[in-house]
Amino acid sequence: MRDVAIIGVGCTKFGEKWESSFRDLFVEAGALALEDAKLSGEKIDAMYVGNMSAGRFIEQEHIGALIADYAGMATRHIPSTRVEAACASGGLAFRQAVIAVASGMEDIVVAAGVEKMTDVEPGESTEALTGAADREWEGFVGATFPGLYAMIAKDYMHKYSMTREQLAQVAVKNHYNGARNPIAQFPQEITLDTVLKSTMVAEPLRLFDCSPITDGAAAVIVAPLERAREFTDTPIRVLATAQASDSIALHDRRDISTLDATVAAGQRAFKMAGLTHKDIDMVEVHDCFSIAEICAIEDLGFCRKGTAGKFTADGETALGGKIPVNTSGGLKACGHPVGATGIKQVYEIVQQLRGEAGKRQVDGAKIGMTHNVGGTGATVAVHILGRV
Amino acid sequence: MVGIISYGVYIPRYRIKVEEIARVWGANASDITGGLGVFEKSVPDLDEDAATIAVEAARNALLRRQIDPAEIGAVYVGSESHPYAVKPTACTVGEAVGATPNMTAADYEFACKAGTAAIQTCMGLVKSGMIKYGLAIGSDVSQGAPGDALEYTAAAGGAAYLIGNDDPIATIRHTCSFTTDTPDFWRREGQDYPRHGGRFTGDPGYFKHVKGASTLLLKETGKSPKDFTYAVFHQPNAKFPQKVAKDLGFKPEQIKPGLMVPYLGNTYSGASPIGLAATLDIAKPGDTIFVCSFGSGAGSDAFDIEVTDTITSDRFHRGAAPGVEKLLKKPIYLDYALYAKHKGKLVMQA
Repeated sequence: MRDVAIIGVGCTKFGEKWESSFRDLFVEAGALALEDAKLSGEKIDAMYVGNMSAGRFIEQEHIGALIADYAGMATRHIPSTRVEAACASGGLAFRQAVIAVASGMEDIVVAAGVEKMTDVEPGESTEALTGAADREWEGFVGATFPGLYAMIAKDYMHKYSMTREQLAQVAVKNHYNGARNPIAQFPQEITLDTVLKSTMVAEPLRLFDCSPITDGAAAVIVAPLERAREFTDTPIRVLATAQASDSIALHDRRDISTLDATVAAGQRAFKMAGLTHKDIDMVEVHDCFSIAEICAIEDLGFCRKGTAGKFTADGETALGGKIPVNTSGGLKACGHPVGATGIKQVYEIVQQLRGEAGKRQVDGAKIGMTHNVGGTGATVAVHILGRV
Repeated sequence: MVGIISYGVYIPRYRIKVEEIARVWGANASDITGGLGVFEKSVPDLDEDAATIAVEAARNALLRRQIDPAEIGAVYVGSESHPYAVKPTACTVGEAVGATPNMTAADYEFACKAGTAAIQTCMGLVKSGMIKYGLAIGSDVSQGAPGDALEYTAAAGGAAYLIGNDDPIATIRHTCSFTTDTPDFWRREGQDYPRHGGRFTGDPGYFKHVKGASTLLLKETGKSPKDFTYAVFHQPNAKFPQKVAKDLGFKPEQIKPGLMVPYLGNTYSGASPIGLAATLDIAKPGDTIFVCSFGSGAGSDAFDIEVTDTITSDRFHRGAAPGVEKLLKKPIYLDYALYAKHKGKLVMQA
């Protein structure tokens, strides 16, 4: 296997982008990534795009061909593939691109993610997202994602006595970081009170425990490490790519408040990179709900099971803490355009490793991690990236 | 010069408080009153609809001015809750006020701005000499689905304007419109309740069109916000008109007399016409009024209005019909159960 490096990244601003269509979004992100890599389109050998549900959100399928066409690649007939794993679609698209380059099949490959979610009413988007759960055993009986994660939160709080205030601290911290990220959908700092007094969604989760509905796209370009310097002075090496699966229904899990797929993918990634959690300078985890970040930092090994609430409340996951988590603002403040999120996480870590993260920069960042979850944990993708 | 010969308003006596609706849905009432600036809304009686409200408003307009109703050559009623899909409300109104049969009539629908569109139509017919008087009405018993955000504001009421060029109480010096195809809010044929695009009704809907028409009117008249004594903006809630007024450079005291929504709710086609009526209730000769309506779908009509000496003369009897302030007094509060009955949300056994 060849070593793989990231040579360019691009991301649209996230938000309710009513003036931008699905096509506009990925063309903008792709163009930004090409510009970043100082690359022209004819050098691209293949494309992978993460997208969860364009069929339901904009009634468009066949996304692989669509993005190749609108990226101006149709006449060159390059292979272009859509990857779908619910909210982990972006992370898996990145992994496919890395595998394609590592295997020697392709040289310059684009990994993109895009979701256009605001063309439908909120009820319809909730229904589309429910497709990430088990339709027969969860969706058909009325479970929604806030409901499922609320069950995880209830179980976790019962077992480990985490307080409501500790849980709210996840959102406060992520909004603090998001306020320092120019692409964030909600770049506003909030207080504990904002979270605790917000509208109840599914007990114990309130509005500010939940990531928003978002439009956005992100793209990264990968190449063999040995050729990376042709395109950039600051290549970022892919130290590990790992993926794991689990039962699609929450009730079939060994432990409702542990994502075993996160544990498995995390362990595989650390093994592949020959590193431990102590080597990681910052991590982007999948905080689709505040409780998801609590579970993630434990399941990846950054703190002991049952202690993440206190760990967070003590500021250990904030900028300047032991392990800064979600410096981008996470899904909560940066926004969650489902298929794009996994790529945006890579985009954030690359910015940190290049020292280009501005007011949210982690000093001396050398190694970073991304953690992208599909559904309630049926798919997890973990990547470790490092400075060269 | 073409203008307003008379005007009249009707608002049903019943109200429901935002707190009562919030109680039913388990929502935090102070979040809603704080977010929308609306505290209660009007509710029609069991036998009131957009037609009866239009008739009451038209009769109140005619009480204030001695004209021969047979000289009304056109009746246009704007509403998004016409009682019939086919059969005009305007004919009922025309018959009720004695304007039939030598008149033209039609119903209008343009979400919340059909009433001001009716005023513009009557202005054109008067200016061209086709008619002597035209009756333009905005009237609604608007719908909000149970539990929907709209339910807190969807109210009932209407205002009627008699348009002509013979001794108006206020001249309409200029009008212009700003219209695009924007699907921010809609109700399909046969559906009971409208649907909407949430926050999409804000910036791309209300603000774009109200600012578009307002800016155009200021440009075409060469005026600025300080040239107007008062301003009235469409008021789906209290926040939107306050924000758009501020953004355009109007002061809070200019919009205050016409901002009826906090204790009335959004009367849809009646909203900006009632706001204008409340302003005319207190206006003095020489006062100038800026008006800009908004209807989802979407469009805005803007008006430059100047009050004449006639409003305080013996040819006009402002006190002969109740003003908006009086119509809002002595409400009868309903609980949600009676509200549901009044709004026909309870399905009776056949």
